[in-house]
Amino acid sequence: MEILFILFAAIAVAGALNVILQRNPIYSAIGLIVTLCALAGLFLTLAAQFIAAIQIIVYAGAIMVLFVFVIMLLNIREEESKIDRQRYLKWLAAPLFVALLAEVYFVIRVVSYDPKPLPAQGAVPPGQILGTVESIGNAMFTTYLLPFEATSVLILMAIVGSMLLARRERTVSEVTIVTAEQIEAAQLEREDEAHETETVGAGH
Amino acid sequence: MSIDVGFLLEALIKIVVVFHIVLIILAYTVYAERRVLAVIQNRLGPNRVGPQGLLQPFADLLKFIFKEELVPLAANKWLYLLAPLVALVPAFMTMIVYPFGGTVNLPWVGEIDLVVTHFNVGLLYVFAMTSLGVYGIVIAGWASNSKYSLLGGLRSSAQMVSYELALSLSVIGALLQAGSLDLVEIVRAQGGFFGLGWHIFWFQPLGFFIFLISAIAETNRIPFDLPEAETELVAGFHTEYSAMKFALFFLGEYANMLTASVLATVLFLGGWQGPFVDQFPLLGPVYFLGKVFFFIFLYIWLRGTLPRFRYDQLMNFGWKFLLPAALFNIVLSAIVALFAL
Amino acid sequence: MKQYLPILMIFTIAVGFGAMNIVISHLMGRKKATRAKLSPYECGMDPVGSARQRFSVKFYLVAMLFILFDIEAIFLVPWAVVFRGLSESLSKMFVFFEMMIFIGVLLVGYIYAWKKGLFEWNRG
Repeated sequence: MEILFILFAAIAVAGALNVILQRNPIYSAIGLIVTLCALAGLFLTLAAQFIAAIQIIVYAGAIMVLFVFVIMLLNIREEESKIDRQRYLKWLAAPLFVALLAEVYFVIRVVSYDPKPLPAQGAVPPGQILGTVESIGNAMFTTYLLPFEATSVLILMAIVGSMLLARRERTVSEVTIVTAEQIEAAQLEREDEAHETETVGAGH
Repeated sequence: MSIDVGFLLEALIKIVVVFHIVLIILAYTVYAERRVLAVIQNRLGPNRVGPQGLLQPFADLLKFIFKEELVPLAANKWLYLLAPLVALVPAFMTMIVYPFGGTVNLPWVGEIDLVVTHFNVGLLYVFAMTSLGVYGIVIAGWASNSKYSLLGGLRSSAQMVSYELALSLSVIGALLQAGSLDLVEIVRAQGGFFGLGWHIFWFQPLGFFIFLISAIAETNRIPFDLPEAETELVAGFHTEYSAMKFALFFLGEYANMLTASVLATVLFLGGWQGPFVDQFPLLGPVYFLGKVFFFIFLYIWLRGTLPRFRYDQLMNFGWKFLLPAALFNIVLSAIVALFAL
Repeated sequence: MKQYLPILMIFTIAVGFGAMNIVISHLMGRKKATRAKLSPYECGMDPVGSARQRFSVKFYLVAMLFILFDIEAIFLVPWAVVFRGLSESLSKMFVFFEMMIFIGVLLVGYIYAWKKGLFEWNRG
């Protein structure tokens, strides 16, 4: 199993490097998709089957579609080689990197970690095997009921938020995007005009 | 965990066998499509290569191999090469969970399960693969650097994601009945009532129709084939593709059709279940393939019969009709499951 | 977890199959490219302008809404799988109403999006 871990970890790291080293944002996005798929593989080696599937469906299959849409269709040119505005980021990145390393060290060395041994499959019903859909379904409606319900509110807020984003677009470029009211108003105007010309014509 | 060599070897042999079966089914689906369409339109169809044109797929293969391969100058070369693979590979990867039948006792082989592998999140695995298939189309559309390709890819991906929602919501009802994501378990759950405990009869007719419609849209077939509406977009996202790269897109599309048919069979028509399967397990694959071929025929029949949607109609239909209908079906199924009917 | 290993096998085989086909066709096919052949197809006319253009914000909105409702669908899956097997009738009723609340909250979002005209494709 170690060999699988090394394989997926190597792919994930290679994909991640690709994300930051490529100049063309499309290649970066593809690198990210590869990384996410490799992470799904890592989840599988940890017996987190459901999470692995979700990783691909939600991250690689849905969120990255949006990323790719935005990159491809906003038509971003290749990243320019010198962007002055972002130069200070370098100085921010170094301490963050150190902090991350310290964090990883802390998690590995200091936090005591006592994994429960995985029971052999087939011996127990799937509801008691960690990582299966059944065990997650059971946990969702017992221990994690409140977070679960809170999620629905979170998604609702996200829907409203995305709606607001689109509305701002509308007011910015009123010329290109015609609202329903405008169409209606224009039709009414045209009808009025037609009416007028008709009455004028009848007068002659 | 020790590596179970026996299991892996068995899986490898099964994969090779299933791979060939699937390739043959796909090749003859193309042939059948041309013949059936010909019958619908009062034509003969391909009937020259071999008896009744049965060798036509091989002639097509040779033609694809010897065709000129073009990489447009304006295209992004690597992505242009990558796109057909991205479209094909996820489409082919689903075949390992096709449950062709139950456990059968074959001469010389002994008892084997007629499925390569099955696992706890089988259905989600299939959905994960179909959701990755979108990239092949988006990348092809963008990398070709042609207006038709880009418009086709864009439309196609927006359509696929819209209908993927209705697709995944429509199966929830069947999952409520079956209580598992494992395709083999889902089929087993439909074994009652003399092999006719199919979900389409037991409280999921609405779910079945929503699934069927969204699956057809998801695979970009008529009447939802706007991405390649030849009268306006030439060939959509694969306008700039030729030779084998075009053939790979084609294969991927048909593989997705097959997967959709298999899912419809497994989730709603009881997979390999049918009368007398318990007594004669070898009937299983016959029932299974029969049902799958029925769906493939349905695809072709629809193509011969229906006109194409307009784009706004298509999106309205998905978001305003199918999605609420799927939610309604979920609530209904939950009530049924609540009283454990 | 050995049931998952065939995924790797089929991945390798599928990639190999696809790559092999592309390579064979690359080697066997005739190559006689001309400039006109290699230009983007626009019904025989010279291509006008670039294919890289910007598109309606609708497409991003669809992608965003897709993510949100996809997450909802994912939450429904574990619920659907365990629901029938819940033993005590009380907890079953409880879980049923919990899920209806979940769907109800999201339905509010859906109706909001509808009222805001997000699904009107022929406008804007």
